[in-house]
Amino acid sequence: MIEIKDLHKSYKIGKNLLHVLKGININIEEGELVAIMGSSGSGKSTLLNILGMLDVADKGSYMLDNFPIKDLDETKAAKYRNKFLGFIFQSFNLINYKTALENVALPLYYQKVGRAERTEKAMQYLAKVGLEDWSSHLPSELSGGQKQRIAIARALAAQPKVLLADEPTGALDSTTSYEVMQLIQDINDEGKTILVVTHEDDIAQMCKRIVLLKDGVIIDDKKVNQVRASDHV
Amino acid sequence: MLILSRDTWQEIFGSIQKNKARTIITVIGVLWGIFIYIVLSGAAKGLDNGFEERFENIAMNSMFAWAQTTSVPYAGFKTGRPIQLKLGDVRTLVSRVPEIEFIAPRIVKGAFGGESGGVIYGQRTGYYSIYGDFPVLSKIAAQKIYIGGRFVNEGDIKEHRKVCVIGERTRKELFAKDTDPIGEFIRIDNVFFKVIGVKKFEDGGGFGDDGDITIPFSTYRKLYNTGDDVGWLAIAAYDDADVMKVEQDVKKVLKKIHQISPEDDRAIGSFNLGEIFTKISGFAKGLTFLSLVVGIATILAGVIGIGNILLISVKERTKELGVRRALGATPSEVRGQIILESVFLTMIAGVFGIILGSFALKGISIASEGADIPYTNPTVPIPFVLGALFTMVILGTLIGLIPAQRAVSIKPIDALREE
Repeated sequence: MIEIKDLHKSYKIGKNLLHVLKGININIEEGELVAIMGSSGSGKSTLLNILGMLDVADKGSYMLDNFPIKDLDETKAAKYRNKFLGFIFQSFNLINYKTALENVALPLYYQKVGRAERTEKAMQYLAKVGLEDWSSHLPSELSGGQKQRIAIARALAAQPKVLLADEPTGALDSTTSYEVMQLIQDINDEGKTILVVTHEDDIAQMCKRIVLLKDGVIIDDKKVNQVRASDHV
Repeated sequence: MLILSRDTWQEIFGSIQKNKARTIITVIGVLWGIFIYIVLSGAAKGLDNGFEERFENIAMNSMFAWAQTTSVPYAGFKTGRPIQLKLGDVRTLVSRVPEIEFIAPRIVKGAFGGESGGVIYGQRTGYYSIYGDFPVLSKIAAQKIYIGGRFVNEGDIKEHRKVCVIGERTRKELFAKDTDPIGEFIRIDNVFFKVIGVKKFEDGGGFGDDGDITIPFSTYRKLYNTGDDVGWLAIAAYDDADVMKVEQDVKKVLKKIHQISPEDDRAIGSFNLGEIFTKISGFAKGLTFLSLVVGIATILAGVIGIGNILLISVKERTKELGVRRALGATPSEVRGQIILESVFLTMIAGVFGIILGSFALKGISIASEGADIPYTNPTVPIPFVLGALFTMVILGTLIGLIPAQRAVSIKPIDALREE
C-alpha cells in the first residue's frame, strides 16, 4: 500500500540545515496497523506529514497504492489527501462551530458529494463510532474520547486508503485511550491500513507492527503480537 | 456553481456566525458608508428637484429686456439720453431674431418706485402695482388663476375691456372672506374694472408680488395715456435656442432701432433666467458629485474595515483552515470562501444601508414639508443604487483577496502545528 524509498528531509533553521529524515525505506502492506515510535526529534512526525502530503520530501520516492506521489502543488495535494488519506490528530481538530454530523460530513463536502448522500454517509460513520445520538452536538459538548471518535468517523467518511493517526491518544486518559484504540483495531480488522504515531509503548503494542525511528533513520522494524485493547477495558 | 450552492452559503453563515458581535460592528461600518451615500445623493437630488420646481412656472429659456439711458454719445445724440421702448419694436424683433418663440410687451404703474394705482372697493382702499399685459405673457411665465376666473384674453385687448386680474393679497385686503370677487367691480384710479380672476402668487425669482393687478395692455395705455410706450419685454426663445445668444441679438436689434451705439452697454438692460438657472443647476450638480465622492470614500473606508476584520478572522481560524485543507479543501476553495464572506458581508451592509438611507430620506422629506426650502421628492436614481452595489461587490472582492491570499499562503502543516 505504501512504498517509501530513500526518503530525505531537512529543514533550514537559521543558517543551519537540520537533517530530519536520513534515508527512510519502508513498505506497508494493505491491512497493516503500524505504530511509528521514537523520541521527540526522531523524525516520526515529519515522516507522517510527508506520508500525509502535508509536507514534501527533498529526495526519495513515495508510492501510495501503486500511485506515485510527486510534483505536488497545493491543489493536487489537497485532492490526493481528500481521496487517499484520513487524518486523526492528537488535538482532534474538530471545527468547533460545526455539529458532530457536519464535522464528519466535511471531507465529503470537499469531495462534492450531494447533501442528502453526505448526511446519510456521515450518520452511518457516526453510528460506526457509536455516537449517532450525538450528531447534533457541538464539539464543546462532547468529552475528549467522544471528540476523538468523531474525528475518526470524519477520517473514515471519505473512505480513504490509509488512516494516519498522529498521537491519537495523546490527549486522552488511559481508559479513553484504550477505547479509542479498540475502535482503531476494529477498523483495522475490517481491512483498513492504519499508521499510528505514538510514543506510548502500550499503545504501540496494540498495533501489529512497530517501526522505531531514531535520529532520522529506522533502527527497528518488527511485527508484534497484537494486544487487544478490549482486554484492558 | 460555487455561488449558487446551498452548501457554500452554509459554510459562509457558519463562519460568520462564529463571532456575531464583531460581524455586526463590521457590517455597520459599511452600512454607514452606503447610508451616507444614499442620504447625501438623495438630498442633493431633492435640492435639484426643489430648484427645478421653483423655476417651472417660468420658461427656462426666457429673458427680459428694458431700456435705460445711453452712456455713449452716438449718431449726433449726446450721452444720457433716456430710451423708451415702443410697441413697434416687438414686430421688428420678431422678424429680426427668429429664435424668439413668444414676446410679451409689459408695462407697469408702481413696482419700480413710481406711484401705485389707487384701488377702491366699497369702503376698502389700497395701493397696488398695475400691470398692462398681453395674454401671450402666460406662455412665458405661467399665470395660475384660481378656479372660476381667467387671465386677460385677446378679446379684452381688442375691445379695450375694463377688466382686471387681482392678486391673492389684493383679494384678501379688498374683499370679505365669503365674497366671490369674480364679477365684482373695483375702482382703479377712479375707473371701474370688472374682476375676472384671482392670480395665485408664485415666487419665480422675479419682481412681482402677491398684490399685483393685471389689466389688458390696450386698456392700460388708454387709462394712463402711455401711447405706444412699453415698460419692458418678456421674451421666450425656442427650446433648442441658446438664450444667451438671443439676449445678445435682441439687445443688438433694440440698439439699432433706438439709434444707440453698439458699444453702449448701459442703454438696454437685460436679465436672463437661463443663465441663472444654469448656475443653480450647476450648484445642484456639484452637490450630487460631492455626495458621490463622499459616499464612495465612506463606503471604501467601511470595506477596508471588512478586509481588516477578515484578516483577523483568518488569523484566528488558521488552524481551522489547516484542518479543512488536510481534509481536502483546495486553496481555491479556501480563497473563494473567504472572498464570498467578504462580498456577502459587504452586500448585506449595502442592502441594509440602502433601506435605512431611504427611510432617512423619507424622514427629511416629511420634516422639510411646508418649510420654505427648495427640497422636493428626494430620490436616488436606480442606476446610482445599482452602481453603488456593484462598486461594493468589486471592492468587497478586492479587499477579500488580501485575507484570502493570507489564508492560502499558510501551509496546512504550519496551520495544524499552531496551537
